[in-house]
Amino acid sequence: MTEETPQTRTVTVERTLPHPPAKVWRALTQPALIADWLMPNDFALTSGHRFTLTGEWGAVDCEVRTIEEARCLSYTWVAMGVDTVVTFTLTPTDAGTHLRMEQAGFRTDQAQAYGGARAAWGQLLAALEEVASGLD
Amino acid sequence: MTEPQDLLFSALADPRRRAIFERLCRTGAQTVGDLTTFSGVSQPAVSKHIGALKRAGLVSGRTEGRQTHYSATPAALAPLRDWTTRMTDFWEARIDALEDVLKRMDQ
Repeated sequence: MTEETPQTRTVTVERTLPHPPAKVWRALTQPALIADWLMPNDFALTSGHRFTLTGEWGAVDCEVRTIEEARCLSYTWVAMGVDTVVTFTLTPTDAGTHLRMEQAGFRTDQAQAYGGARAAWGQLLAALEEVASGLD
Repeated sequence: MTEPQDLLFSALADPRRRAIFERLCRTGAQTVGDLTTFSGVSQPAVSKHIGALKRAGLVSGRTEGRQTHYSATPAALAPLRDWTTRMTDFWEARIDALEDVLKRMDQ
């Protein structure tokens, strides 16, 4: 998994890709390409742009947060009652690109802006991790 | 999307309820009186919190004489823990698909 503050919960997937960052960036930011690997969408590479990813199991409501050309892309990801932020970070390597995908729960200091109780999910998951780990 | 999950989220979103639940996880069965002493809020408030935790399946009660002993049922947390597992699987599969897209872009 990944580093966690006591108040957030994070899912991380990392992959080394034999392709240059500029090309990976296109796959992450062009709607037709996004549709090919993620979901049909109305994405636009504009900060603050709201878009929807349409999955077989329902829609994901998103808003573009961070754009750093060929380096970093993040958007909010609200689905199934869980508010998170998805961040893609691209790092050039000798062989191509190291891609890191991180999906993180909102921190408590962000929760207020996003309307309260539901956003606290990440905090409680972290707090209860100790308990849940005893389930197996 | 799933109601039980919503109940869990709302039950645990309140810091006092979360504290009561964590207390029960650590100490084992407690009465409302025990929990009132611990949490420093009124007994009716504790009873109300216990009610929300029970509806979410996080707490169960066992009545002995005039006292009800409440215990945590941490298994009810499973849907929450499943979220990270599910999302990890989801992203692994999506990034696999991304690799396929990148290969095709070479052509």
